[in-house]
Amino acid sequence: MLKKKIKENIIETSLFLCAIFSIFITVSIVIVLSYESFGFFKKIPIIEFLTGTEWTPLFAEPKFGILPLVTGTLLITFIALLVALPVGLITAVYLSEYAPHKFRETVKPMLELLEAVPTVVYGYFALLFLTPILQKIIPDLAGFNALSPGIIIGIMIIPYVSSVSEDAMRAVPMHIREGSYAMGATKFQTAFKVIIPAAFSGIAAAFIMGISRAIGETMVVAIAAGMMPNFTANPFEPIQTLTAYIVQVSLGDVPHGTIEYQTIFAAGITLFFMTLILNIIGYWLKKRIRELY
Amino acid sequence: MIEKSIKTLKAESKSLNFFYGTLHALKNVSMPLEINKVTALIGPSGCGKTTFLRCFNRMHDLYPHNRYEGEIILYPDTINILSPSVDPIEVRMRISMVFQKPNPFPKSIYENVAYGLKVRGIRNKKTLDEKVEKSLRGAALWDEVKDRLNNSAFDLSGGQQQRLCIARALATDPEILLFDEPTSALDPIATSKIEELIIELKKRVTILIVTHNMQQAARISDWTGFMMLGELIEFDKTDKLFTAPAEKLTEDYITGRFG
Repeated sequence: MLKKKIKENIIETSLFLCAIFSIFITVSIVIVLSYESFGFFKKIPIIEFLTGTEWTPLFAEPKFGILPLVTGTLLITFIALLVALPVGLITAVYLSEYAPHKFRETVKPMLELLEAVPTVVYGYFALLFLTPILQKIIPDLAGFNALSPGIIIGIMIIPYVSSVSEDAMRAVPMHIREGSYAMGATKFQTAFKVIIPAAFSGIAAAFIMGISRAIGETMVVAIAAGMMPNFTANPFEPIQTLTAYIVQVSLGDVPHGTIEYQTIFAAGITLFFMTLILNIIGYWLKKRIRELY
Repeated sequence: MIEKSIKTLKAESKSLNFFYGTLHALKNVSMPLEINKVTALIGPSGCGKTTFLRCFNRMHDLYPHNRYEGEIILYPDTINILSPSVDPIEVRMRISMVFQKPNPFPKSIYENVAYGLKVRGIRNKKTLDEKVEKSLRGAALWDEVKDRLNNSAFDLSGGQQQRLCIARALATDPEILLFDEPTSALDPIATSKIEELIIELKKRVTILIVTHNMQQAARISDWTGFMMLGELIEFDKTDKLFTAPAEKLTEDYITGRFG
């Protein structure tokens, strides 16, 4: 009896340790980020950091305004969403409501394979394939620009958006669908007037996931966007995102403990807050729009 | 004999066979629907009564490998609604359905009722408002929801949701209303409200109802059909079928010997 109880305790404890492990890692990351950025903010006032429009920490006369990196990140994300949201949603509608069973079972895994392509491949694809094509259409386009990697990231996250949205739409029970058809609705009307509203919280979650992915994407922008922290909303110019900056500095030989070194963490914590806010919005959306069937 | 006592037909199935793939679910069912009357279908689970009902609005078209044989003629224009040349959407425009489980859409009460009209391209706000009110009154729900038409349909109780689904079905002025066990998910009070409503509705629409509950069929219907294993065993006036059934199987079923 006692032996059994000890065994149970061991199992329970080890399960608990596994569960706590990921929380521990997350908390450690937050602590390290906060600690190192605290050192940064002791030297640079937070107001200057948040409102400055120049980011030149590696220059002889360094400036520490994070805005160019934030706008660069937002610009890339915006372009990516312009591609991924409509295409992803329409793909999901097609797969969930129109496609014959066999077709869906073949196409969905293929679509999900897109996720398995290494992002470095996407990066070079943007730089060496898409940019030259775009330059033929838009002669003013710089060799490094926000547009091309933005589009590529959009394509990259289509599987995310469509796969999660499709799951949400397929989870809408058949009797709701039948109710719409019984009223004389067409497939199109059923999909857009009933199924999408019914699956809204799931679709919103898919969108938020896509946005988080676009914000956090590093390799494509590091390769194809130009590493130039421009404070601009013009997608034809080179820009730099928060993630690309972190890569740039981490790869260099910045000495430990210097202000240049600490900028990595300042940029990191900014990124952390951006995704945190998004996740909170996503969580709030999920709770607010209850799925009621 | 039955044919004689029916004054005007609204629809009638003629040697209707139905197949789910290779499963022969309906066997030679021929049954009339008298206009502005309630026709009930009873029978043990899996006897094909819901399958039969769903032929009337071509619901089986939504799934692959389903096949109809025979005819369902809709009067007065004598079209065969099962004919492949007839668009199922056209059929559903004329024949509405209320399901077993209340299935309002994730929309407001108003939008639920207006749905069928909007699907038909009606955009005029005044027309919509009038129709919505008329349908909700028709479903005996208006007084309960008139102050909260913009609330979600999910805020309503189960019985109210089912009456909302009836209002939704009524809004498009259907010629036939199909009920698929509409009270099986409801409590007795909500059930009796729906039953009263069905009796009221037959003044203006022909009703075909599938029910598990023989008392319900006896209370509200004018005609009753008894089905078993995909066949229509007996069809007669409700009081005749329940008091003096012609078939031994019907008698065994209504006296509770099986079912």
